[in-house]
Amino acid sequence: MYLAKINVTLRPSILDPQGKAVRHAIASLGMEDVRDIRMGKYIEMKISSDDRAAAGRIADEACRKLLANPVMENFEYTLEKI
Amino acid sequence: MGPSPADGSAKKFGVVVFPGSNCDHDAYYVLKNVFRQDVRFLWHKDSSLEGVDAVILPGGFSYGDYLRSGAIARFSPIMKEVTSFATDGGMVMGICNGFQILCEAGLLPGSLLRNAGLTFACRFVHVRVENARTAFTSGCRAGEVLKIPIAHGEGNYYADGETLSGMERNNQIIFRYCDVRGAVTGEANPNGSVKNIAGIVNGRGNVMGMMPHPERASDPALRETDGAKIFLSAIGHLVEKTQLTHSTL
Repeated sequence: MYLAKINVTLRPSILDPQGKAVRHAIASLGMEDVRDIRMGKYIEMKISSDDRAAAGRIADEACRKLLANPVMENFEYTLEKI
Repeated sequence: MGPSPADGSAKKFGVVVFPGSNCDHDAYYVLKNVFRQDVRFLWHKDSSLEGVDAVILPGGFSYGDYLRSGAIARFSPIMKEVTSFATDGGMVMGICNGFQILCEAGLLPGSLLRNAGLTFACRFVHVRVENARTAFTSGCRAGEVLKIPIAHGEGNYYADGETLSGMERNNQIIFRYCDVRGAVTGEANPNGSVKNIAGIVNGRGNVMGMMPHPERASDPALRETDGAKIFLSAIGHLVEKTQLTHSTL
């Protein structure tokens, strides 16, 4: 079994109004040094395969077809044997 | 208003119902009671379009907007049928969440992001008809300003530069947010959409997506009826298509 830890992030060219709003809230807490916040998604996925390459293919396909929208998002993942 | 079933010209519309759709009944109501068309609901788990002439993907929050708006709905069983219907040239109209689903399904280019202004925008806006030669806008004048309400938190249309210039070349941008006089300005843009885009068609012109809700501005009882022009264009197109088919028989 493998655990895929997936991060989906907005492409750098895409504005992130949510991140901007959170940054304002952080600033209002007095943390003036915080310059930029970008929000993304973190997804954990257990894959019942003992073959690392096969698990990677599945994680990759799940990201490309559903978890990330290539028009506006990038993704990356790590695999951990569990 | 519009063709009546009495003369046999009523067209068959299917309104897809996803879990979380909430404008499905509005679309059904105007098609049936205002435009006197033959209309039925199509459940998202169905695998038949029941021979409809046009499909409407209504507004709402399918699957609670989980993951991304429209991302999960696009894998519903019915979407396989909608995709092949669209590929065969069938008329598909996505309103609000329906527009988001069509983008996720790859039936329309681009994507809809969170509103730039951080608010859920629910109010009347004006849109300018940029292309009056589509099946969805033929009842409008080019440059006509329509007053139609929006209600969305994620209507900020985005496509990369290359996609946008292709769309502009093909006249695929059919509605832009504008002021009451038709000027496309930053102030008139309610959600940050690139180039004030409010509605588009695919390259072939048979699939349309728009963020404003024409079904909420169609019934004369509600006074604002500019949305009716879009439904009447679509109905007129379908009727014309039937007549052409008959005359060639």
